[in-house]
Amino acid sequence: MNGEPLIRWDWLFAHLGPIADRVGQHLYLAAIAVSVGFAISFVLAAISIRRRKLYPFVTVLATAAYTIPSFAMFAALVAITGLSVFTAEIPLVLYTIVLFVPNIVAGFDSVPWDVLDAADGMGYTRGQRWWRVELPLAVPLVVAGLRLASVSTIGLVTVSAILGDSFGGLGYYILDGYHRHFTTEILVGGLLSIGLAVIADLGFVLLQRLLTPWAARRTVGG
Amino acid sequence: MDLIGATAAWLSDPAHWQGANGIPSRLLEHLALSGVSLLLAALVALPLGLWIGHSGRFSWLVVTSANAWRALPSFAVIGLLVPFTTVLDANLGFTLYPTLVAMIVLAGPPILVNAYQGIADVDADLVEAARAMGMKERQILVGVEIPIALPVLATGIRSAAVQVIATATLGAAFGFGGLGRFIVLGDANQDNGELFGGVVLVAALALTTLALFLVLERRLVSAGLARRAAG
Repeated sequence: MNGEPLIRWDWLFAHLGPIADRVGQHLYLAAIAVSVGFAISFVLAAISIRRRKLYPFVTVLATAAYTIPSFAMFAALVAITGLSVFTAEIPLVLYTIVLFVPNIVAGFDSVPWDVLDAADGMGYTRGQRWWRVELPLAVPLVVAGLRLASVSTIGLVTVSAILGDSFGGLGYYILDGYHRHFTTEILVGGLLSIGLAVIADLGFVLLQRLLTPWAARRTVGG
Repeated sequence: MDLIGATAAWLSDPAHWQGANGIPSRLLEHLALSGVSLLLAALVALPLGLWIGHSGRFSWLVVTSANAWRALPSFAVIGLLVPFTTVLDANLGFTLYPTLVAMIVLAGPPILVNAYQGIADVDADLVEAARAMGMKERQILVGVEIPIALPVLATGIRSAAVQVIATATLGAAFGFGGLGRFIVLGDANQDNGELFGGVVLVAALALTTLALFLVLERRLVSAGLARRAAG
């Protein structure tokens, strides 16, 4: 734009401090949403597993919520909650729940019943069976949910930039760069936010390897 | 609550239902952009997915694109396109093209993945039987595989459509009009009626699209398949 180079490296190097702050804010907003969303989802999933009839209800509601654009939800909340962390976090948490619940439910559903029978036969109590058998076997799908939710949340944090300069994490640079016709800012914000999502995704893949070493061994052993 | 009153007042004001900045023209803008990007995405992704599903070649491409798709935040994609589309056209490249291209990118993968998955999941015995009856590859695809895969194909197009309609709202932050414009203006002017009016319109459009596609899918799916799903 305006005959400027695509990236002005001098601007980049002069703003390393603020950029690092924005990365921090981005991760902070995403981490709160993913952990709060995970906790709520675990409870909702546990209820759905016990009371099967509620589950279709939960999924329909979730699909409807996911249909409402994040942009609209952020803007609408400003009028209700004012400008606070809640304004950014409520939509972010809501979207993670939509991704978490089906994955957690599917994770516990994927535990074969004969395995549960075997555990009962070995004299496990309900609690022991859940902790030592069901949870470890559900881990792959639960972590798949964590991957999805963290990647999508890191993307959605950028949208919260429309709330104002004090939000948005790296999304601030995307919007500010657009308004100022300054490509360097757009590229810094856009590429770094995509980079964060990719790193989070790889991090959870690694976590899954560590939590379920038998899965990798099984693949290697054929 | 005062919000509801303000929203109802804004929505029912006849002045907001006419002119180039009125609700009908913004709605048309929103639908036109969504429709064009969905069509362009389908033109590429549908044949590609059908072919990959039928031939079994390049299936890694589908898996990779499905994963990468989740990691691409539309807000960043629209922004990142601006420096490049402005080179093509200083005006439209700053207002229309970034959102249009980003929506094509958003719509492609769900259509591609479902086209591939739908065809790949067709019972191999059925395909063998069709081949043994002397059907040509093209006839197998059109006469056997596509009708059976139709529900899965339709799901892909539906989720692409709903996501494009919802996400095109973001374009309003990057110079595009559409229904998101009311949200941006309402936010900037601290006019809660306009802001919530925009939110209501966008949500209604997204949910209507979802419902329309669900009804359409019921109609399209062959009776035999529907009976099997029900039974």
